[in-house]
Amino acid sequence: MSRALILHRAGPAMSVQDRGRPGQLALGLSRGGAADRMALAEGAALLGQGDDLAAIEMAAMGGVFEATEDMRIALTGAPMRAALEGAPLMWGASHWLRAGQRLEIGPALSGVYGYLHVGGGFAVPEVLGARGAHLAAGIGAVLEQGARLSVGPDAEGKEAGFTLPADDRFAGGTVRAVAGPQTRMFPQDEIARFEAASFTRDPRGNRMGVRLIPEGEGFHAEAGLSILSEVVVPGDIQITGNGTAMVLMAEGQTTGGYPRIGTILPCDLPRVAQAPPGATLRVRFVERPEALEAEQAAQAARRALSGRLTRLVRDPRDMRDLLSYQLIGGVTAGDTEG
Amino acid sequence: MDSASEHKPGEFPRIAFLGLDGLLVSFGDRLSEPANRAALALRHAVERESWPGVEETTASLVSTYLRFDALAEDGAGLRARLAELVESRDWTTAELPTGRKLWRVPAVFGTDLAPQLEEAASLAGVSMDDAIKEIAASRLRVQTLGFAPGQPYLGELPENWTIPRQTDLTPRVQVGALCVAIRQMTLFSVSTPTGWRQVAQTALRLFRPEAEAPFLLRPGDEVLFQPVDRAAYERLRAEGPDGGAVAEAIP
Repeated sequence: MSRALILHRAGPAMSVQDRGRPGQLALGLSRGGAADRMALAEGAALLGQGDDLAAIEMAAMGGVFEATEDMRIALTGAPMRAALEGAPLMWGASHWLRAGQRLEIGPALSGVYGYLHVGGGFAVPEVLGARGAHLAAGIGAVLEQGARLSVGPDAEGKEAGFTLPADDRFAGGTVRAVAGPQTRMFPQDEIARFEAASFTRDPRGNRMGVRLIPEGEGFHAEAGLSILSEVVVPGDIQITGNGTAMVLMAEGQTTGGYPRIGTILPCDLPRVAQAPPGATLRVRFVERPEALEAEQAAQAARRALSGRLTRLVRDPRDMRDLLSYQLIGGVTAGDTEG
Repeated sequence: MDSASEHKPGEFPRIAFLGLDGLLVSFGDRLSEPANRAALALRHAVERESWPGVEETTASLVSTYLRFDALAEDGAGLRARLAELVESRDWTTAELPTGRKLWRVPAVFGTDLAPQLEEAASLAGVSMDDAIKEIAASRLRVQTLGFAPGQPYLGELPENWTIPRQTDLTPRVQVGALCVAIRQMTLFSVSTPTGWRQVAQTALRLFRPEAEAPFLLRPGDEVLFQPVDRAAYERLRAEGPDGGAVAEAIP
């Protein structure tokens, strides 16, 4: 039997994702890729492999999986309720999934996008140089029940049973932005009001963009709705016709005609992607030197991930007898059986 | 109210950072043939320069964008190099690309397939019949591909079509939807929400990820839309992804 992962049940918005397809802007194709790039780095560190390998991205809800062969897995991104053969499984960790075992991943406990990585990565066919689905462009598709995903060969002698410290990017917070070519279209007092505002993450967010609803009056550029369409990039904060803010994400369009008040730093974009509906976000403008420092620090943190691994105290195969010690809120034995 | 259009001519071309890792050279704040040509020509020149750290380039309607590795390359240095190149010549006198094509694309105007024809015609100050005639008579140029894969911005329509986008988004238009805003049209290559008003529907698929040549149009190509009735549209749609579109070389 070929090395594969079978999906016995699939949440409504699961897709294979990797780092996307940069370099196609001129043909109108945005880079796409994982909504939370940090999660790819975490999965790579946990499995001791490259962050260019494809994983399954699960929006808000996971699924039920079975491996055809023994394989290593890692669970990253938004913490989700997970169980292996009915026994709770730690998130932010790597584990063995033995042939025929049933892995259940339930709803997100915080954040939006959870990731399931496998040793060797998912080996779905490449389209235009990458494996990730670009749903807005019609490349690949949402994963459905019954799918059987090929898994690439894992390196010899690799281990599982590691964990990373929990991250805090799953509940909103403050993100940093730099000014851009269209920032000047907004009056100074409008920018000040924007920086002081609290935004609520609207349920309508997806891989293309995340809508942020301001607590007070909406925002408006002086140029209104008649500006020329222009190159847009992930992180751009568009102010749409009704005055709300739309942050463009990995799978956003390549050009847009709504005025943009600024651009959120790449290192802070996972925090926007992972802010669950109802979470509060704020935007703080920074000058380029501070932005660069933040980005350098984030890169250093990504590179240091493998040095922050710790061994799980118990082998995951022995987790069953730890059920009575499970203290994570909302997780109790058996209630993930469906 | 339109502060962006009050800049003196001397303010263009203008260079600005776009995000942490991008630079944008704008040749104007409204669409013009020279500005579009300048954007395309500068992009090709930047490609030829092959500066270290530059990861990709593109041209939109009136601007050239380059993305660089912000952690490896000093943005200020790159910006200075770009400014030098921009000032080295008058990019608005550049030639259009060679090897362009003229496409004739059948389209159903109005009906339940394109319910905003009446609203758009009214904003343009013409009857629905005249709206169809004006659009069909306009030989539209692919000024850039963008928004979605292979999707063209087409221009320009007559002056009376300077109509704004809608305040609210249309929740979803279908692949092949022909929509209008600000003297431009776009032919959607994907199904998506939009702020543009839909006036017609075609059966043409502009992006075919599974095909050997996934992208049909190139910047500089020209397009004529030919009104057909619903029955003809349904027939063309059943025939395949070309939707009855035919292309000929522009001499």
